[in-house]
Amino acid sequence: MIWLTWRQFRAAAALMAAVLAVLTAALALTGPDLASRYAAGIADCTPDNTCDRFFDRFFGEYQLPFIAVSFVVLALPALVGLFWGAPLITRELEAGTHLLVWNQSVARGRWLAVKLGLTGLVAMAAATVSGLAVTWWSDPLDKSAVPELALMAPLVFGARGIVPMGYAAFAFVLGVTVGMLVRRTLPAMALTLTVFVAIQLAMPLLVRPHLIPPVTATFELGRVNVGGISIREQGGGPVHISLEPAVPGHAGAWVLASDLLDPSGRTIAGSGEEAPVPVSTTSGPCGRQGGPPNLDACWVEINRLGYRQQATYQPLERFWPLQWIETGIYALLTLGLTWFSFWWIRRRLS
Amino acid sequence: MTSVLQAQALGKKYGKRWALRDCTVDIPAGHVVGLVGPNGAGKTTLLKLASGQLEPTAGDISVLGGRPGGTPAQLARVGFVAQDTPVYAGLTVADHLRLGARLNPRWDDGMARERIAQLDLVPTHRAGKLSGGERAQLALTLGLAKRPELLILDEPVASLDPLARRDFLRGLMEATVEHEFSVVLSSHLVSDLERVCDFLIVLVDSRVQVAGETDKLLATHHRLTGPRRDPDRLPADQHVVFQRHTDRQSTFVVRTDAPIHDPAWTVTQLSLEDLVLAYMDKHAAENRRVALEVQR
Repeated sequence: MIWLTWRQFRAAAALMAAVLAVLTAALALTGPDLASRYAAGIADCTPDNTCDRFFDRFFGEYQLPFIAVSFVVLALPALVGLFWGAPLITRELEAGTHLLVWNQSVARGRWLAVKLGLTGLVAMAAATVSGLAVTWWSDPLDKSAVPELALMAPLVFGARGIVPMGYAAFAFVLGVTVGMLVRRTLPAMALTLTVFVAIQLAMPLLVRPHLIPPVTATFELGRVNVGGISIREQGGGPVHISLEPAVPGHAGAWVLASDLLDPSGRTIAGSGEEAPVPVSTTSGPCGRQGGPPNLDACWVEINRLGYRQQATYQPLERFWPLQWIETGIYALLTLGLTWFSFWWIRRRLS
Repeated sequence: MTSVLQAQALGKKYGKRWALRDCTVDIPAGHVVGLVGPNGAGKTTLLKLASGQLEPTAGDISVLGGRPGGTPAQLARVGFVAQDTPVYAGLTVADHLRLGARLNPRWDDGMARERIAQLDLVPTHRAGKLSGGERAQLALTLGLAKRPELLILDEPVASLDPLARRDFLRGLMEATVEHEFSVVLSSHLVSDLERVCDFLIVLVDSRVQVAGETDKLLATHHRLTGPRRDPDRLPADQHVVFQRHTDRQSTFVVRTDAPIHDPAWTVTQLSLEDLVLAYMDKHAAENRRVALEVQR
């Protein structure tokens, strides 16, 4: 049975191995150089405190390969579900060969077990290898990425660490199960893709933020968490402030909500919104005394008045706990679908 | 007489449609059994149930005394060549033999190789490139080399040309002579069955219309032609299978063990095809059912 499974699967496995070989070779060749450039850059910028500018420059330079390799890791599980999972049984049903193979002296439960086991393990191994290789390679870039593409950002999180293994196992078994129910290859592939993408969107939007109860805290306003501060040229009026999805002292945190609170504790602006703060812009710390205003003094004044950022976030230290929990959830989903597919192939299918 | 296949009130439902309903049949061992009936009679469903490909919705079925497809041991005892003789298009002929050898404990590798050589099949050719006849022969080889006690074939020759059909059936016959096993073969072409079967079952609308050894069936069925007569006025031992009347003339197909002496009739022998067609006639089938129930 293992021989037959391998015989039917070896072309697909060889293709996957080739893709992975190219990917890991490219990463292995460029990775050390990337790391040394990062180390050199940090050594240069630390004395004169210009590391923000170095990060921007460094990340900007490598943004394209960064996005490309992350995309490969994100897409791999979906492709596995689409091209390995969905056709696994529909191909037999469409060609009628299930009638041939299910009449050999092998119970179809065992047939499915070997098929799922061998193909599924190869899929998981491929996803793990690509995930860990990309995690290793992009480490310097993850440390210098803009908040939207930081390690904890929904899309990047799914392309790092061990979750790709869980995604691949789940996508594969999902494809097999959908194939069993739909019985035709193309509709099964379409449905598998739709369901998998829906789940991959629902996970970071609805589930992942609550896997560990997020931290909610208030912070003083400053350079890190205020994205825009606008002081009108003429006529005075209030200062307008909009907040960034970042919290001071927790670099790389995944900020779920960032609200601006007024001195009474009322929310006056949500994430990305702009709110007026009644501080004089003609005189005082935020005023334009001839030249551009001194922002540090202005923030001291605004904080003194009692304006604060209230942020709900998952700190970066929770990256690995969240990775394990999410992988566990996908493992449970995979086991559930596997159980269902065994039940279905024995009771209902043919 | 032992049975290879026994079904009691067997039924299979797809959604709301019954593909096979209330089918009771007993197929004896040691025969090449032809299962014949019109399209949609439930032949394929019955054979899939017998090979364990399907689970029955209602009733019971036992094949060689076991539940079909329940265990690897049971699977090993029953061979099944499905309709259109499916094979893996991407695998070579040799791969198929290897598949058989790996997946069947009683695999007869010598026999498989010998058959492939006799058929002039090239082991390195992909099965997808074979002609319909060659593909059917490959599927048959897989079924035979498994050395089953019962080989089930579902319309194996339906899509073959006459020459390939003859070769296929001849190969099957030779194998049954050499290795003793029972065969159940379905077809809607009686001429195919005539050549190979020594036992015939006619299935119409899931019901067995008649079952028996071919010789006996031919010996006990007659066509009577003569002046118009009401079927009630036939002797009690003559069971009417089929009747047709014109203003003056009546034609009956009857089953009887006794010789027919009535001088009013012109008695002619039936061919197997005529016999089967007589039983397949739908209206006649309705009447017969009533008659059979009265007899019980």
